[in-house]
Amino acid sequence: MELSRLERLTNEKWRLKAERGMRVPAILFGDGELLRAMDDKVLEQIGNVARLPGIVGAAYTMPDAHWGYGFPIGGVAAFDPGEGGVVSAGGVGFDIACGVRTLLTGLKRSEIESCKEALAERLFETIPAGVGSRGRILLDEAEMERMLASGARWAVERGWGEPEDLERIEEEGVMKGARPQEISERARRRQEAEMGTLGSGNHYLEVQEIAALFDEAAARAFGLVRGEVVVSIHCGSRGLGHQIGTEFLREMALAAPAFGIRLPDLELASAPLSSLLGERYLGAMRAAINCAFANRQILSHLTRSVFAEFFPGARLPLLFDVSHNTCKEEEHEVEGEKRRLFVHRKGATRAFGAGQEGLPAPFAATGQPVFIGGSMGSPSAIMVGPQARPEEAFASSCHGAGRAMSRHQALRRWRGSEVVAELRARGIIVKSPSLRGVAEEAPGAYKDSLAVVNAAHLAGLSRKVATLEPLLCIKG
Amino acid sequence: MEGKAAAKSAPRAEHFSHGADIGVRGRGATLALAFEGAALALTMAVADPLSVRPETVVEIRCEAPDLRLLLLDWLNALIYEMAVRRFLFSRFAVVIEGLRLCGRAWGESVDRARHAPAVEPKGATLTGLEVGFRDGLWVAECVVDV
Repeated sequence: MELSRLERLTNEKWRLKAERGMRVPAILFGDGELLRAMDDKVLEQIGNVARLPGIVGAAYTMPDAHWGYGFPIGGVAAFDPGEGGVVSAGGVGFDIACGVRTLLTGLKRSEIESCKEALAERLFETIPAGVGSRGRILLDEAEMERMLASGARWAVERGWGEPEDLERIEEEGVMKGARPQEISERARRRQEAEMGTLGSGNHYLEVQEIAALFDEAAARAFGLVRGEVVVSIHCGSRGLGHQIGTEFLREMALAAPAFGIRLPDLELASAPLSSLLGERYLGAMRAAINCAFANRQILSHLTRSVFAEFFPGARLPLLFDVSHNTCKEEEHEVEGEKRRLFVHRKGATRAFGAGQEGLPAPFAATGQPVFIGGSMGSPSAIMVGPQARPEEAFASSCHGAGRAMSRHQALRRWRGSEVVAELRARGIIVKSPSLRGVAEEAPGAYKDSLAVVNAAHLAGLSRKVATLEPLLCIKG
Repeated sequence: MEGKAAAKSAPRAEHFSHGADIGVRGRGATLALAFEGAALALTMAVADPLSVRPETVVEIRCEAPDLRLLLLDWLNALIYEMAVRRFLFSRFAVVIEGLRLCGRAWGESVDRARHAPAVEPKGATLTGLEVGFRDGLWVAECVVDV
């Protein structure tokens, strides 16, 4: 990215002044090196987001931002319904409520090492992953309806998890305002056999060692102990979310002119928050958030069942579950005034600090955990919401390493078998149904995850608590 | 002559780079061939089409307000069929009359050992969505979220 158009505010914060139809400025987080490595399209796309009606404050990109469709991945924008603000299906994306949850194991790395190969094999057998996989749970119409309305609570009531899991999920595992009636038959059909499936692409289940701690107090509060092992699961609302995104994107793109919305990029398809279409989308999207909660809950149950075979008595309590593709109604302070806003986070994680309204009870005093996914061979991180008020970027932080090159470039550079062998030589076992998929997801295809984490930390988006080194990875 | 005729009537399928996802592009002497090529490029994002046996045919009908949305609907209809049937397609036949498309796609159930499918298409996007006539050929393209 060419930085000459940007004004440097701090080492990790840059501003693109409102220009040519932008209603607000764009703020880009990241150090000079991260920003220079970003595609120019990121700047173009966040500039387009800043042109949408009713946008408040600024349009933001996180340090892991990369070229998306409509919104950049790693984009954050908030809209005020009272000022003609919009909800954008493109601003949430196809994988609605894609997110990460992390389970604590209390096990030492040495305990995992003694059975790592067999554990990897059993997880790979048990967790449906990749194209063509099917879940073991088939939902009939009535169960689908309950799942869409009740999310992780539905899954726990069916025996896939513990009641105490719920207080450690955003929204306590049930997204209010879900309207299953807004979800088409096609979306439901696409989900029938996909409950408890991981998906493909950058989705994964990873067993990780807590390699380093940076904030002892937050680590203690989160139950993180150096040398112990956690399990992180990255996936979303599967086919249901994909179909909802497909259908509403088209509908919003066609309806935009009637609403008087001039779309700078068709993919930013939007509808006024106050419109029937906007309300229908919000209701459907919230039901898809419940689907993602339920899906990750079932995957947690499957993971626990495998660990119980190897470590009888291991409970794997949930640390937290947080989504990074959503639109949420939240209260934020803007220029000293508290306002109810609809915050789009596409490839960005909510990062509420201590005391923020909407925090789950276990994190009221600490702020919420923020999970930054690595890339098979590179570290992941656990961060915590910031202490400063008001929070930056409507209390948002990054979500992963972010891609540094396209899948095509990655395929030209790496062979899947070589990636698997190199990682194995480093003690990391990768299991995937597709070697080509592994090559496309090669660690080198991503940015330096620690550079992203450090930039988020220094920018005050969230604070670094721990880094996690991968031990084994199930890839879709 | 026969070879030349066959080449002229075959759709061309290719990918173009996009940050995190995949651009699919079809080219052909006719609009219908360009749509067939885009569909083939969609399969290529997942697996080698040569590994997919055209055993079962699925019929798809779409109607849209313009050609770009017709391409979007065609690709999304294929993605839907791939998802609910756990299918891959390797052969396509498209007829376009005005803004109506009647298509057939031949394929088979995913065989994870034989196809080694790499990624799951989530949806065809409005990004890079173009249908037009360039350099003597029809072109149909867009970015697919995977």
